[in-house]
Amino acid sequence: MRTPALTAARLVAGRDLRLAFRKPSQLLQPLMFFMIVATLFPLTLSPEMSRLRDVAPGVLWIGALLSSLLALEFLFRDDAVDGTLEQFALSGQSLTWMLFAKTCTHWLLAGLPLALSAPVAALALGVPAAALGSVVAALALGSLALSLVGAICAGLTLGARRGGVLLSLLTLPLAVPVLVFGADATRLAIAGESVLPPMYMLSAIVVLGMTLAPLAAAAAVRIGLE
Amino acid sequence: MLSVQGLHLWRGDRHVLRGVSFDAGSGQCVLLTGRNGAGKTTLLRAIAGLLDPEEGKVLWRGESTRATRDTFHSELAYLGHEPPLKGDLTGYENLHYGVGIRRAVAATEIDAALDRTGARAFADRATRRLSAGQRRRIALAGLLLANAALWLLDEPTTNLDADGQALVAQLIRQQLDRGLVVAAVHQGIELPAGKVRALELEAA
Repeated sequence: MRTPALTAARLVAGRDLRLAFRKPSQLLQPLMFFMIVATLFPLTLSPEMSRLRDVAPGVLWIGALLSSLLALEFLFRDDAVDGTLEQFALSGQSLTWMLFAKTCTHWLLAGLPLALSAPVAALALGVPAAALGSVVAALALGSLALSLVGAICAGLTLGARRGGVLLSLLTLPLAVPVLVFGADATRLAIAGESVLPPMYMLSAIVVLGMTLAPLAAAAAVRIGLE
Repeated sequence: MLSVQGLHLWRGDRHVLRGVSFDAGSGQCVLLTGRNGAGKTTLLRAIAGLLDPEEGKVLWRGESTRATRDTFHSELAYLGHEPPLKGDLTGYENLHYGVGIRRAVAATEIDAALDRTGARAFADRATRRLSAGQRRRIALAGLLLANAALWLLDEPTTNLDADGQALVAQLIRQQLDRGLVVAAVHQGIELPAGKVRALELEAA
């Protein structure tokens, strides 16, 4: 009996989770990078909390963006090398659903831990404790949007030499709206104002990404497999 | 069942496939031969739909495989040059996930397939710890479990010892009772003469 599409997607996610926990170094690398970037900044700036608070949104979001770029390199690369993506494409299942599952799992393993660890970095940057919830929520949404956008770019760079550089060049311009609204949400949270307007925008980007990114990523991967 | 009609495919400025055509029915094995670079792998990938030929078409059960891609793929099993296995998963896990995305597969079925390919003894080890021949045997078990009518095999005997090569011949013979096989080969495979058709490709 043919496997239903959602079951196939669940199996893809389960396999990626199992693989990730067997190779924890790959899992920890982006997270460590984010923590190092975010905690090095206070050492290079003046120790005045008010000054650190001013730069905190930029530091947190640039750190999150660079860290997610680092993780994106692994999204499809191993599967392309060992022939797994070919098997996905030839399985008779929807490649869109399977890549959506892979992207969500990637976010669970890279984006969500980053958002959950953000309070440590945020406190080092003088972010008030009352703002931490909003910072985590904004980073969770923003990192999901980055994973979705990044999946398209990772698919497009599958067959390219020096794909890592190209991946960054493709992803960075597309990540600008996420960066703008995410940093704005963090700035408003630090100022004690309502974060809803930028959070709505981030949510809209995520919804748009969930709708279109898996389709675009599947088309990109099919081209990359040629 | 399978009809390949006038396939032309270029890779850059190299005209790799130059009007390749053949028909094959159930119970037939098409062996693709030719020197390195003759386009054997390219032809297999074009039949599978991994490459888009510039001209020509592939029909499966009389219908274009491009128009009925998912149905065609659900009847197809493709084994490339390298076994599609995850090094950090065991052979058993690889089959569970790899075959599971195609069809519901029970543990007993996986065990039976591993028995048939002589891979049961090492199926609980991470595949990166296995030899190339052992990995190939795990991949052959995956091929059996796919329950596909059409097998596309790229150098299926690579890295296998004499026993392994005999196993591949036996599996192909059994597959011919329920479907057909197209295989790119460098060395001969012992198959009943009436069921084999050789197609030699010439290097561009």
